[in-house]
Amino acid sequence: MKKIIIAILAIVLAPTLSYAGSKAEVLHWWTSGGEAKALQVLKDNFAAQGGEWKDMPVAGGGGDAAMQTLKARIVANDAPAAAQIKGPTIQAYDREGVVAPYNIDAVAKAEGWDKLLSKQVAGHMKCDNGKAYCAAPVNIHRIDWFWANKKVLDSNGIKMPTSWDEFNTAADKLQAKGIIPLAHGSQPWQDATVFEAVALGIGGNKFYKKAFVDADVKTLGSSTMVKIFDQMRKLKGYTDPGSPGRDWNVATGMVMEGKAAFQLMGDWAKGEFAAAGLKPDVDYYCASTPSNNGYLYNVDSFIFFKIKGKEKVEGQKLLASLIMGKEFQKVFNIYKGSIPARLDVPMDDFDKCAKKSNADLNTAAKKGGLLPSFAHGMTLELGVKGAIQDVVTEHFNSNMSSQDAVKKLSAAVKAAS
Amino acid sequence: MYWLKRNLPRLVIAPSFGVIAWFVYGFIFWTIYISFTKSKLLPKYELWGIDQYFRLWSMPRWHVAVENLFIFTILFIILCVFIGIVLAILLDQKIRAEGFLRTIYLYPMALSFIVTGTAWRWILNPSLGIEKFAQDIGFETFTFDWLVTPGMSIYTIVIAGVWQSSGFIMAIFLAGLRSVDDEIIKAAKIDGAGIVSVYTKIILPMMRPVFMSAIVILVHLAIKSYDLVIALTAGGPGISSDMPAVFMTQMAFHRSEIGLASASAIMMFLTVSAIVVPYLYSELKREDDRK
Repeated sequence: MKKIIIAILAIVLAPTLSYAGSKAEVLHWWTSGGEAKALQVLKDNFAAQGGEWKDMPVAGGGGDAAMQTLKARIVANDAPAAAQIKGPTIQAYDREGVVAPYNIDAVAKAEGWDKLLSKQVAGHMKCDNGKAYCAAPVNIHRIDWFWANKKVLDSNGIKMPTSWDEFNTAADKLQAKGIIPLAHGSQPWQDATVFEAVALGIGGNKFYKKAFVDADVKTLGSSTMVKIFDQMRKLKGYTDPGSPGRDWNVATGMVMEGKAAFQLMGDWAKGEFAAAGLKPDVDYYCASTPSNNGYLYNVDSFIFFKIKGKEKVEGQKLLASLIMGKEFQKVFNIYKGSIPARLDVPMDDFDKCAKKSNADLNTAAKKGGLLPSFAHGMTLELGVKGAIQDVVTEHFNSNMSSQDAVKKLSAAVKAAS
Repeated sequence: MYWLKRNLPRLVIAPSFGVIAWFVYGFIFWTIYISFTKSKLLPKYELWGIDQYFRLWSMPRWHVAVENLFIFTILFIILCVFIGIVLAILLDQKIRAEGFLRTIYLYPMALSFIVTGTAWRWILNPSLGIEKFAQDIGFETFTFDWLVTPGMSIYTIVIAGVWQSSGFIMAIFLAGLRSVDDEIIKAAKIDGAGIVSVYTKIILPMMRPVFMSAIVILVHLAIKSYDLVIALTAGGPGISSDMPAVFMTQMAFHRSEIGLASASAIMMFLTVSAIVVPYLYSELKREDDRK
């Protein structure tokens, strides 16, 4: 009887024993085209190092579905090794006590991440009041981009605008000719994306920081904010009636076809142009939206939770080290359309827009214009961010006056925080 | 053995009873508890009082959602029941190809709300659907842009919802009509009642239980309506077609406000109870009285 039991145990346990080494279960929502391809690089690297990657893709809703799964797992005391979490949410999870004892910090210290990352990016990756690394960055997306159809602009004698007034003049000209000046999908997050770029341009870097990093109620209710909403109302007039609810990539398609001239969108839009075989400066222009050396960034990252079991901890360490690997940062970001978070990755193989993004990043960092995007959850508590987004999208999609919007904005932020 | 025989039904029922007790009623109480805490990103268990409810009712967005819920629920139920009854009565006139027609009207029910929402989003989109079609065939001043007009977008959800569900309500009423005894109708006709009064005075009043099933089904469909809103308008333009279920999901999983989301869930729960419980009670009581 004993022998039989041992035999059964041996059979049952055999597969688990043969996988000894490092294990990592990774929750993410990069399941579409370029993103999936980019992530495959990481999976292959992980397997090549003898690790066992357990994929946990949860598609849909821009990460909503993934958040539901993640929270259920954490509450059940069964957190995955790593999850695609960014911005202040990283520190929020730390405050819930599910991240300490910061398994990857040793790797980060040994590899000298402090030197490999800019101070700003490193700050987002640290828990425990900035003492220990608890997340690893994969990329830097720029949000404040204008994408434009070259043919449409050239044939109408329009240059990429360097001020919002210039943009308005160009847009009026295009509209008179029956071209939609601004391709836009009026979904709350897209409205907020446009809004933050306008706020950065009209309010300036210091204003942006006060309003959307410090959530200063006085700044949110200021007369500058009224001007920003005025410009939003103008932009609304430059969109077409089919805009509400349109997906961002459909809007990008309108620029590609020449139905519309401009789109304001983060640099993932580049993936759409690339997929259609279009090239920067040949078929389309990319330029930052008008601002004084501002740069709104979104850093995607993986957070590493508290986890039990030696192989799982080893898996986390291996994963963290691979994510910060030079080769991975390069290949991943070429697929994804962003630029590497790691500073010493050569930019030679990247396209023109990515090179510009990289150069602008350095200038912005020097001039104090490197700022976190609030629309993409890099700053502010999610509740406050949501409250601002509600007002922005409500104003954009109704006849609300700019003054009322500003009043509502400061009230909503007060209520949410 | 005798004991087993006597208790077998109870034993068989016990597991599912236990599962329901825990996963339905257990979690209702859990949600009530969470709504009294300060839970943000993850559930926390220290009590905080009723502040979440104050916060909830101070949010303009919640007011929009509640108002929309009432507009949607009332219109959805009235239109579904009305169209359902009319279709059922028309189909009940011993017409040719009834089976075929019945299938056509019932078919939307076979689609998920996501599909319905997506299809109607295209149909109602001013630059793709009805408006463009009408303009292309010559009616250049024709406008039908409810989908993108704040304040009107909620009615597009009613349209899509009614299109989806009225066929099902028709089927329920048709089954009800078929169960009415022919003798009664014949007797009424002999007494000189016209077709209209036969239906309004005799048949429909006899179908109270059918009304009850239909309304209970429609009320909970309306209050739960999440996927239809998401697929059709995603709560937009702006937040003008927001509904409590959408609000709740947003707060719980997007904004890390689990306590607030629980409070909104409880408000929804109370709304459903306030409508359904008295109705069920009065209907069931009536049946008891009859016995």
